[in-house]
Amino acid sequence: MTQKMINLTINNIPVTVEEGTTILDAARKLNIRIPTLCYHEDLCVAGNCRVCVVEQVGMRTLQASCAVPVRENMQILTNSMKVRQARKNIIELLLSEHRADCTKCYKNGNCELQDLANEYRTGNQMYLDLVHEKSFTIDMSSPSIMKDDSKCIRCQRCVRTCAELQGVNALSVANKGHEMKISSFFEKPMHEVVCTNCGQCINRCPTGALVERNYIDEVWNAIYDPTKHVAVQTAPAVRVALGEELGFDPGERVTGKMVSALRRLGFNSVLDTDFTADLTIMEEGTELLTRLKRALVDKDTTVSLPMTTSCSPGWIKFIEHTFPEFLPNVSTCKSPQQMFGALVKTYYAQRKNINPKDIVSVSIMPCTAKKYEAQRPEMRDSGYQDVDYVLTTRELAIMIKQAGIEFLKLEEEQYDRFMGNSTGAAVIFGATGGVMEAALRTAWEIVTGTPVPFENLNITPVRGMEGIKEASVTISGCKPEWSFLEGVELRCAIAHGLANAKQLMQAVKDGKANYHFIEIMACPGGCLGGGGQPIPTSPEIRKKRAEAIYSEDEHMKLRKSHDNPEVAQIYQEFLGEPLGHKSHELLHTHYKARKRY
Amino acid sequence: MESNKLSRVDYIFRPETNRLDLLKRVMSKDKDDFLLELIDSGLKGRGGAGFLTGLKWKLAKEAAGDKKYVICNADEGEPGTFKDREILDRVAGKVLTGMALCGYIVGADEGYIYLRAEYRFLSPKLNKMMAGINEELKSIGLNFKLGIRYGSGAYVCGEETALIESMEGKRGEPRNKPPFPVTEGYLGKPTVVNNVETFVNTVIIAEIGYHEYKKLGTDSSRGMKLFSISGDCSKEGIFELELGMSLADFVDEFGDGDTKAVQVGGASGFCVPRKKFKETIIGFEGIPTGGSMKIFNSSRSMYNVLHNYLDFFQEESCGQCTPCRVGCQQLYKGIMAVKRRERPATYLDELVKLAETMRFASKCGLGQSVGNAFVSIVENFREEIVY
Ligand SMILES: Cc1cc2nc3c(=O)[nH]c(=O)nc-3n(C[C@H](O)[C@H](O)[C@H](O)COP(=O)(O)O)c2cc1C
Ligand code: SF4
Ligand code: SF4
Ligand code: SF4
Ligand code: SF4
Ligand code: FES
Repeated sequence: MTQKMINLTINNIPVTVEEGTTILDAARKLNIRIPTLCYHEDLCVAGNCRVCVVEQVGMRTLQASCAVPVRENMQILTNSMKVRQARKNIIELLLSEHRADCTKCYKNGNCELQDLANEYRTGNQMYLDLVHEKSFTIDMSSPSIMKDDSKCIRCQRCVRTCAELQGVNALSVANKGHEMKISSFFEKPMHEVVCTNCGQCINRCPTGALVERNYIDEVWNAIYDPTKHVAVQTAPAVRVALGEELGFDPGERVTGKMVSALRRLGFNSVLDTDFTADLTIMEEGTELLTRLKRALVDKDTTVSLPMTTSCSPGWIKFIEHTFPEFLPNVSTCKSPQQMFGALVKTYYAQRKNINPKDIVSVSIMPCTAKKYEAQRPEMRDSGYQDVDYVLTTRELAIMIKQAGIEFLKLEEEQYDRFMGNSTGAAVIFGATGGVMEAALRTAWEIVTGTPVPFENLNITPVRGMEGIKEASVTISGCKPEWSFLEGVELRCAIAHGLANAKQLMQAVKDGKANYHFIEIMACPGGCLGGGGQPIPTSPEIRKKRAEAIYSEDEHMKLRKSHDNPEVAQIYQEFLGEPLGHKSHELLHTHYKARKRY
Repeated sequence: MESNKLSRVDYIFRPETNRLDLLKRVMSKDKDDFLLELIDSGLKGRGGAGFLTGLKWKLAKEAAGDKKYVICNADEGEPGTFKDREILDRVAGKVLTGMALCGYIVGADEGYIYLRAEYRFLSPKLNKMMAGINEELKSIGLNFKLGIRYGSGAYVCGEETALIESMEGKRGEPRNKPPFPVTEGYLGKPTVVNNVETFVNTVIIAEIGYHEYKKLGTDSSRGMKLFSISGDCSKEGIFELELGMSLADFVDEFGDGDTKAVQVGGASGFCVPRKKFKETIIGFEGIPTGGSMKIFNSSRSMYNVLHNYLDFFQEESCGQCTPCRVGCQQLYKGIMAVKRRERPATYLDELVKLAETMRFASKCGLGQSVGNAFVSIVENFREEIVY
């Protein structure tokens, strides 16, 4: 069916677009930018900020261009006197309700409200100041998120994010009129509610009302402390996004520059979370095969299948609140960050002859939930807090700027030799479907002794941005010890974004779906779209980052976790075997159910 | 424009004639013929916006949908208005007949009264009546079920899309329009939302015929209307009047002899000063009203009047859109600042511009109409605001 086409004019320029297009998108087609605040590509249309209003000739009221579809022969003016007057007043109104102390604000320089105020040269405040008569306290209860209502413009992007993309509903609109605000359940502090700390709301908040808890000064202090050995690990998705904060276009891989910047910042060792991502595959792959064996050979009915991944801490908190009955299904593997943290203060400390109490372990993550994860009581198996500070991609960019490092011109360097080696399988952890692909590359080979039967190891059916993906492979050519898997159809599912995860798990719960292995990432697109990644985010930007991830994989010499020589080495020298005693002690954990309210 | 003479009539509270005969009569004719007659009657919605009722029903009839709904808006949140309560108390049967009629015409099989929370006391009676009528309708082969839903207590929930959100169990926030309820309303299905009094009018038209109905009122304002009269008046209460009279005649009849201004249409309406009484017609060609008429004599402070309205709006705005949420607070606090000399009198001119922005740029009728009272009072009684 071909779409009906609609003709209209915008600022007297004719344009033809498909029926159903909004005025905003039609204008974009003509390279006319209309300012927006509540609009976000990832979310349903709210039409509440009203800065996008335009004049439709013949209509008394102005139209919200983000919400109104085009109609035949419409005449739209985006910059008439009426529009400018209204738009300017609306921006002034927003500012009158806003604590605009930009120079002290964490979002200074990356704020959509500030940009608009700047564009419209709002100058002296025209209206009465409505902020100072109210008292606001900043909610700093969460280790991941800060909420400052005095910076909130009530655009409800966060509410829509949390409901539509994440299905969590930790944030909602409370009260009406002048008291209307964005609130958590019963106005409880953020750390007491169902919030998963995923940070997706932060990624979409146009202002400084929702930002990450930053630990930049703490990390600087550790670096400056001569008695400390500061070890940093970097997650797979950081390297394909950091550039966006530092002058590159989305989709640029900046791994080598990032490593060299970390050295210049003064970290004593620059290590790679990818190493423990490879290790995760060994542990989790073995765990899956063990579970399958118990189910298929031992006919053990207590074994929990499907097994789900456990590397996304947003997903962990979500399942604790929402599907506690599935906790036994979650892989007992810690996330790669936490495996790394536990090993830095044991394995690494021993090998480097450093007292673990003098090690400060810092991780650079695309994620805000990992800040919370690092502080969990479960994560102290080294005898210390395994990861001391978690910085987001954004915080790292701030440190690089503070240090005066000219990132664009930086030479590329390699990670440290020790705990710095990784494979392409680890890199793809950063994209939805990546853990599944990495696990299949290894598990298949363990079972059959041959590479997965996909061209160039690229298991394309598990890739891509579809919310829920399904794939199945029928296992053939098993080695004798795995013969019980011969002919078994391994059914897998992948979900990213917690709303999709919720839908998938509900289907499993209702018995409508039957899988062996499920990969879940809390954030849209996987970690590459994490809550700690550069702002803005959009489907297009996430697609670019994903392309960069897969290209990084293709450029790696080794592409299967079990080929990582350091992985073999650590089992030989330290851990023994996957799921062995030492692994259990350091690399695995269990989680507890939590209430929804 | 010619005004009518003020004339009191009695259609609305007149006892209902035989419901089933009336419905059967309509059902024996072509639906589109009935719609043409309804459109031709000139009946416009009595809830405030004044949309042609026949056209609304026609759009809903033509809208594609496997399921359609009829909703009677009995949220009546305008302060000082209680005409819908009076109708539901005295002639609820006519309202329900009107809803059934609408259901038949547009092809809906469910109808709800969205009842203001404070009107709960009416529900035992209404429920009983509905149960009876549901059976009666079945007996003549009309598949239409009536029920009640309760309001949340917020003024904005009288706005039709906020009302629908509230019925769906969500926060009462107005939606973007388009789409309008006639194509995507309750649960995404085509939905007719009409005021209580509007439904009664459709029954009257079916009873007396559109020719007879058209004889009432003026070209732009057909029919009769209930007015809730309050303030400094000689007679207080609910009166049924033909539409289209001049405000001067109205004040002669209902004022206390010292009328300085009349607020036509409640908080969201206009304030008309004495010098404009003669030229002001009460109706869609002049100043329309959902029914509220508040009369002020010379002892009243128009600053206080405006202050009260603005206080009401800054509380009752749903708060979602910028012009209304922040604009209401700015107008409210702005006149106080001028009164206290914290801002110069000329600040009122800025506020008038702001009120214009609110009128053009707000998302729903609430924010769009705050400027009505504000501008009409500030323009006509500026000295009372400043000094
Ligand atoms: C803030 C606001 C409050 C409203 N309250 C009511 C109400 O209480 N009753 C009502 O019938 N219409 C109310 N309306 C108008 C409705 O949105 C809608 O236009 C009306 O119910 C349509 O019915 P009608 O065509 O029969 O007038 C309100 C509109 C706004 C903007
Ligand atoms: S949120 Fe934006 S406008 Fe507000 S203080 Fe921060 S940078 Fe400035
Ligand atoms: S961090 Fe995630 S779960 Fe928490 S409020 Fe924001 S979007 Fe919702
Ligand atoms: S917290 Fe941010 S995203 Fe949420 S409503 Fe306020 S400004 Fe918008
Ligand atoms: S105009 Fe007022 S009541 Fe209407 S949507 Fe906007 S804030 Fe809500
Ligand atoms: S961007 Fe259109 S109303 Fe906010």
